[in-house]
Amino acid sequence: MEHIVIIGNGIAGITCARHIRKNSNKKITVISAESDYFFSRTALMYVYMGHMQWRHLKPYEDWFWKKNKIALKNAYVEQIDFEQKTLHFSSKETMIYDKLVLATGSVYNKFGWDGEDLDGVQGLVSKQDLELLEKNTKKCQQAVIIGGGLIGVELAEMLSTRNINVKFLIREEAFWHNILPLQDAKFISAHIKSHGIDLQENTEIQKIKAGKNNRVEAVETKEREEIKCDLVGLCAGVKPNIAFLKNTSLELDRGILVDEFLATNIPAVYAIGDCAQVKNPLPHRKSIEAVWYVGRMMGETLAQTLTGNKMPYKPGNWFNSAKFFDIEYQTYGKVSPTENSEEKHLHWEHANKTKAITIAFNPENEEFLGINTFGIRMRHAVFDAWLNQKASLNMVLRNLESANFDPEFYKTYEKEIFRNFQQDLTAKTF
Amino acid sequence: MSKTENNMSLAGEPPAKLNVGQKIASAIGLLGLFILVLAIVNVNFPHKTLWLSLSFGLITLGTILFAYKTYAHKTPGIKNDGVWFKSMTNRGFWAWVTGIGLTFFYVILYWYPQYLGLHENADNTGIIALFDPLSYLINGGAASQWFVYGTLYTLAIFIFGYKFILKYKHNKYEVLRTFSVMFFQLAFAFLLPEILVRLNQPYFNPANIWPLNYDFFAGYKLNSFFSAGTLGTIMFAIGVLSVFVISPILTYKYGKRWYCSWVCGCGGMAETAGDPYRHLSDKSLFAWKVERWVIHSVLVFATVMTIAVVYSFLGENSAKFWLTKDVFLWMSTGFLTLLFAGLMLFKRQELAKDAKYGAIGYLVVILFIIALNYFSGNSKIFFFPGYKLREWYGFLIGAAFSGVIGVGFYPIFGNRVWCRFGCPMAAILGMQQRLFSKFRITTNGGQCISCGNCSTYCEMGIDVRAYAQKGENIVRSSCVGCGICAAVCPRGVLKLENDSLDGRINSQEVLLGNDVDLMDLVNQKSK
Repeated sequence: MEHIVIIGNGIAGITCARHIRKNSNKKITVISAESDYFFSRTALMYVYMGHMQWRHLKPYEDWFWKKNKIALKNAYVEQIDFEQKTLHFSSKETMIYDKLVLATGSVYNKFGWDGEDLDGVQGLVSKQDLELLEKNTKKCQQAVIIGGGLIGVELAEMLSTRNINVKFLIREEAFWHNILPLQDAKFISAHIKSHGIDLQENTEIQKIKAGKNNRVEAVETKEREEIKCDLVGLCAGVKPNIAFLKNTSLELDRGILVDEFLATNIPAVYAIGDCAQVKNPLPHRKSIEAVWYVGRMMGETLAQTLTGNKMPYKPGNWFNSAKFFDIEYQTYGKVSPTENSEEKHLHWEHANKTKAITIAFNPENEEFLGINTFGIRMRHAVFDAWLNQKASLNMVLRNLESANFDPEFYKTYEKEIFRNFQQDLTAKTF
Repeated sequence: MSKTENNMSLAGEPPAKLNVGQKIASAIGLLGLFILVLAIVNVNFPHKTLWLSLSFGLITLGTILFAYKTYAHKTPGIKNDGVWFKSMTNRGFWAWVTGIGLTFFYVILYWYPQYLGLHENADNTGIIALFDPLSYLINGGAASQWFVYGTLYTLAIFIFGYKFILKYKHNKYEVLRTFSVMFFQLAFAFLLPEILVRLNQPYFNPANIWPLNYDFFAGYKLNSFFSAGTLGTIMFAIGVLSVFVISPILTYKYGKRWYCSWVCGCGGMAETAGDPYRHLSDKSLFAWKVERWVIHSVLVFATVMTIAVVYSFLGENSAKFWLTKDVFLWMSTGFLTLLFAGLMLFKRQELAKDAKYGAIGYLVVILFIIALNYFSGNSKIFFFPGYKLREWYGFLIGAAFSGVIGVGFYPIFGNRVWCRFGCPMAAILGMQQRLFSKFRITTNGGQCISCGNCSTYCEMGIDVRAYAQKGENIVRSSCVGCGICAAVCPRGVLKLENDSLDGRINSQEVLLGNDVDLMDLVNQKSK
């Protein structure tokens, strides 16, 4: 019986394993050194905040894996012998595979700053990071978070639930402006500040200073400002977790290079999820997309190929979601951080500063391109259909209410939004 | 140079401790409770009206202040910080103290009311005497232990309802349904029956529907309706219509939530005072299996018991009244058989395998008992007198299950233990909700991140995530539509909806967002 070994038990690896099992009787082993069982990485923050316990993060009960004959192995792969199709574990054990799926995920970025390896300096990606954070914040009063991404804002929220002062340093002029249009970014910046977070835009750090016992004592910015702190959160993005694959015959760039079938340059070896870098991504997608949904979709697709139904990875319209303190964010389609001749934006904000919408469209043919929605839930299926049929801006605006996904009895703002956008459209000439 | 502010609070600690305001509020509330405890241990208060008002005033003030100090200064949004760190909400010391205290209270209330000061042929003493003035004011008579209980119950729904509304101030669905349970508790469950009693009419709470109100068809109840003229007949008619017409229509349109989280008193208590314990429900598959067996067994018990008491109430002479014992039994058998045949005929596919076995098994039992009785002569019913069966039901289900376990164990097993494992009304509404209702919880395409907030905070122990991560609508008989799963979802994935029956139950192995061909291929296969 063919033995498929999957390294990594995150959403990509586990989705792949489940779908292989659905379609075949192959022997499946999933290897992880991080946790015995699959858990939802996106929910790590809720354990720290006391919303959930570790067991709640596991989407399947522990008996599930045995019942579905998916073998789980807690081990750390140190080395892969692609010639002999053999994995070498840190325990000196070995394992032979017929097909290998690399789903090793991400590690947080480091930039070679002085002091980035001090005690009390950490990112937040893995279960071990969470455990370390619990230790690092035992007597913590002041934290500095570097980098304004989704993990940064989550960490800020986490720390604030424990009465830790947070200075949040970001390079952009407003939060996540490398992704969000400026108005959206400023809107979220204001919300973060309203939660008592000291968000400092246009700020980059120079180095991290050590105090006693090799522990962090302060952060120095490029403007030579010194910020005393007991914790530094490294949240300036993540990168593929591929260090153990360097200097092998596996073709690497920033991630593990894969073709449209998610296959690497070595036969019978595949890569999916955060660690994979698609060589020729579709026009509307990036080569590395370290988000939950992409991991899942790659897992779904690769499982087809591995069970005899060869299938290229073809993600549909881009979508994503996040939550910034109290404000939920969803996005469908393409909304670039800056406007250009082929993409203009309409922006609406509610007076109470908890709801906003930005719609991107092409001014030449008035085609709807995408939407960012904050504090108003929208239906994925409706926007997916509109994007597929290249709906016009006018059509989307007129039917916006049909996409609303807020709970019953919620006040709807579509009419106000519609009026507001109509005014903008007539006032401005795009 | 920026300076670190030196925070005097114990920073870095999980938010498990009460702030000063919460402590003062707790003290005020406990002082009010202490007056009631003094009354229980037979301190004979002079000026009972004053002391009772003082007690209620302090309890109310304490709770409102506590809620205010907990939520008012916070921005609207989900307020679950530290839930699993606090002793009271994580089965810690205070949870056990509260649970055991409540359980003792229920045991005394149900079986030893004399310790609360209820005396036959003598004036009340103790806590019941403390409630006498209020009782005279409302129903014109002295208080009973049930009056005391009803008053405290209503008070609890109001003060903890206020707390719940503050906690979910951003969510209009939650706010509205809390006002609704407050209204039904005060007007229908508390005031109306007491006022009816004052007017010498039968005790009647229209919101308490059979079979939750297992006594509705008991002989003494039927006598009280039929001896009360037109009004009594109207009450009886409302009761019967509620079971056979009103409830099925509302459940078809809105799901069982119209009752369980908008009207019902048990639900009202669970959603207000019980809200801090909702995450304690057991989400395992095993618990779900137990749930289905237990709740449907209670339903069968309630049905058999009711048939028995009606049977013993009726006469045998058709000349006196057309509905005789025999006719009633034939009608019951006929009704159940029709219901069952209809289910099997039209809904066979939607019933899971074991639900089918369960239904068949239970129906056989009911028919067997009826048949046995019918052919064994009419001297005794079901091997022993019908009222015995009702007494046993009242003891086991009405008191021990719904009261002692149902509320007493809130801090240990969660707030909906009774509704989930025991309530026969919930069982009936649930069957209908599963098979004939427009209600469902819709999942939003491929947006689920499997975080587990929905499952954790489902008071009914439904593994909501298991459906959401498959892009499958949640159509579960036990769902009471409290809406909390949708509220706590950080990615806007869940929405309670009433929509068409087509495509209500769906299953998608590959979710929206991926290759359209792959979605079709796999989803076709999984259907």
